[in-house]
Amino acid sequence: MNKKKVINKPLEARKASPLVVSLSAVFLGIVAGCVFILCIGKNPFAGFERILFGALSNTRRIGNTLGMSTQLILIGLSVAFAFKTGLFNIGAPGQMLIGGITGSILAYYLPMDMPRIIYLPLIVIASMLTGALWGFLSGFLKAKFNVHEVVSTIMLNWIAYWIVYDFIPRFIIDPTISVKSKPIETVHTLRADWLTSLTSFSTMNYGFFIAIVMCVVVWFILQKTTLGFNLKAVGSNRFCAEYAGIKVNRSIMISMAIAGALASLGGLTYYCGYSNIMEMGKMPSEGFDGIAVALLGNCSPVGIFFSAIFFGILKMGRGSLAATGIPTEIADTIIATIIYFTATNVILASFWNGLFKSSFSRKEEAVAAALKARGDDRGVDKLSKEEFKQLAKEGKALVAGKKEGR
Amino acid sequence: MIDIWKEFPGIIANAGITLQVKEGEIHAILGENGAGKSTLMSILFGLYHADRGTIKVRGKEVHIKSPNDAFDLGIGMVHQHFQLVHNFTVAENIIMGKEGGFVYDIKKASKKIKEISERYGLSIEPDMVIEDITVGMQQRVEILKMLYRDADILIFDEPTAVLTPQEIDELMQIMKNLAAEGKSIILITHKLDEIKAVADRCTIIRRGKLIGVVDVAKASVEDMAAAMVGRPVSFKVEKAPCRIGRPILEIENLSVMNSKKVLGVKNFSLTVNGGEIVGLAGVDGNGQTELVEAITGLRKVDSGTIKFNGRDITNLSIAERNAMGLGHIPEDRQKRGLILSAPLSSNMVIKEFRHRPFSNHGILDYPAIREYSEEIIEKFDVRSGEGVDSLAGKLSGGNQQKAIIGREITSDPDLLIAVQPTRGLDVGAIEYIHKQLVEERDKGKAVLLVSFELDEIFNLSDRIAVISSGKLIDIVDTASTDEHSVGLMMAGIRKGESDE
Repeated sequence: MNKKKVINKPLEARKASPLVVSLSAVFLGIVAGCVFILCIGKNPFAGFERILFGALSNTRRIGNTLGMSTQLILIGLSVAFAFKTGLFNIGAPGQMLIGGITGSILAYYLPMDMPRIIYLPLIVIASMLTGALWGFLSGFLKAKFNVHEVVSTIMLNWIAYWIVYDFIPRFIIDPTISVKSKPIETVHTLRADWLTSLTSFSTMNYGFFIAIVMCVVVWFILQKTTLGFNLKAVGSNRFCAEYAGIKVNRSIMISMAIAGALASLGGLTYYCGYSNIMEMGKMPSEGFDGIAVALLGNCSPVGIFFSAIFFGILKMGRGSLAATGIPTEIADTIIATIIYFTATNVILASFWNGLFKSSFSRKEEAVAAALKARGDDRGVDKLSKEEFKQLAKEGKALVAGKKEGR
Repeated sequence: MIDIWKEFPGIIANAGITLQVKEGEIHAILGENGAGKSTLMSILFGLYHADRGTIKVRGKEVHIKSPNDAFDLGIGMVHQHFQLVHNFTVAENIIMGKEGGFVYDIKKASKKIKEISERYGLSIEPDMVIEDITVGMQQRVEILKMLYRDADILIFDEPTAVLTPQEIDELMQIMKNLAAEGKSIILITHKLDEIKAVADRCTIIRRGKLIGVVDVAKASVEDMAAAMVGRPVSFKVEKAPCRIGRPILEIENLSVMNSKKVLGVKNFSLTVNGGEIVGLAGVDGNGQTELVEAITGLRKVDSGTIKFNGRDITNLSIAERNAMGLGHIPEDRQKRGLILSAPLSSNMVIKEFRHRPFSNHGILDYPAIREYSEEIIEKFDVRSGEGVDSLAGKLSGGNQQKAIIGREITSDPDLLIAVQPTRGLDVGAIEYIHKQLVEERDKGKAVLLVSFELDEIFNLSDRIAVISSGKLIDIVDTASTDEHSVGLMMAGIRKGESDE
């Protein structure tokens, strides 16, 4: 055992944690939503009640919400992984399409009697590989030609879009509706009979469990491995990483490949689990929602899990808003407002820090008063945490009494 | 400035400082880094606002809200980093922002500039282009800019950091001329010999508090230093005679491109042996950065070879060089040396995290990393709020540098390249770091010291190599030379040539 050293931490005001900041963004977003609903003369509480009803009122709806959250978790992880390594992956929609088309083609051509225990890992691995290649392309362009990843991923989104546009009629067209792929047989999707019947025919599928596993995997890579250390070093200060002998260009390519694989997996769960068809000429907006999920979740796997479920609730619940006469766009507006507040997290953090600091200095004042009353000449900085708390209580009464006397 | 208070989150930068500067006086402000000198001047120049206190100029109380207010009151500042447009002429730079109308009369301005230049002995021609003139002259253009705007109070912020010794002498003369003409000069510095040379009075501040105002003529350098640091300081580094070992670093005919794709280092040859400190003297921007980057592998070599411990490392990767025992204290500790947003423990193993005992089959071993980092911060007295868990960015500059030095020395390198190892540090930290470098030398390691401060070079080096415009001018034994002749070489003049 290594000896645990006690380091005398100075007593100081609390700092706003990322959780507090994210929750305040959600709170402000909901308040803004209430204001919007009030503006059109409806009852905001009824509106939010409808959203919750639409998303969570029975097992089927809960299943659908989790089914929607599945891809949001995976895309969020993809964006966050790139973020942690200093890259902005805005290419999730394209990577989703690549994963989706890989899965769909395999689902169409692989024999129906193939055992699922072989079939499922096969499509998961295949779509991760194609997605990794797609992400790697952006990383490669950045490393070799210094093309900014935002530019290359956006362009690759459109390349993926047109590939899918071409591949659907070429390989997997539904002859009756010529703009869609032929629906995949249920045994070739990620759906499971037991899950489907448990959640009364919802869209929930094995993808949800894959997403949970990936949360753990991403956490493990970033926190526990030398690879994660390496990538985070490049992300936080590439000059220092270079100085320390880390191969910066290689790290960028690896990071984008992993981000691509995660988003592509999101695409697989979306097109071969949540849904069972692909449409021509449609860019999946979930790819962009993943950015918001990652931001709100502070790029941590646990945070992303919960923020994805929160966004899943908003997305699934909004359909029920119409019953109250509130336009469904309100839900989108709330999402957008939350993104806005998350993006201004610095302001939110400094607001909380200011609050914590002023309460701390009030406490300090109280402690000083209490010390004086006791005739104790120790400085405030010499006290232990417990003593500080005790004295703060004592002093508070003193300070309050003084003010009244004045 | 009377009773100035300024508080930043967590620190009181100025606690009741009073500064009085008389007309025609050169007044120095002396203090360690972080003592509050810059804050005080920024308040005077309108960049910050004081929490408390008053400023009076010529007996009248004023409120300086912005640098423009300061200009209007005749307060001018020569910044450490010049604010000049490089492809403009002197005259254009000077009247910039001061044209006062849509059409401006450059001829009239040039005439005025010429007059001022002659009056104070600045020897600047108005139609010279900035990029063609030396750093010392650029600084004089900055001074001219202030004078053109009729400034009576001139603030010089660490003005000698970028100058050669000869240029420093010229600057001192100019300051004296200005003072003789009735201008008031505030000189911010931590170099005591400069204060001794030009200043009339000196205000000493320590940790935001006013320590005292001394009459420079009556005070000794030692007394001022002690007042600045709060304890007696030794300036000379104690060191035993060096015992030269085998050659560790051999550079032969090295040429390196700089970032503008022209040769920054030209046909450079130098050998550094075990057991000696070789100081590379030169003015900033003469190829030192390119040379160091070529040795450490951060920059590609154009031609020539670099041998380390007898092995050709010219084309090896950075990681391979590090593994061979090359230690590097980088010039910019915050950009290259540390990941500021990561805890100290991660920073201590940034070069070695892939190897045992810090990781095993790609999985990090946190207890081992922690133990190793704790050893370093204890041994090298790195002070931080939360030990190895503190973020590197929360440490003071001196402690950041101690952490880097601790990391590099603990990895037991055969060659230690130290670039500006004490830049921006206070006297106490400088003393400590110098001692560490000498200790490495005494252990038989090779040390290459790159510094723009001649004092440092002379204090530590056994031999001095002088670089100018990317070329090696000469290598001399420290004992057989002096600051004057090294200063000449820094300007590119080889010994003997100046007489011809």
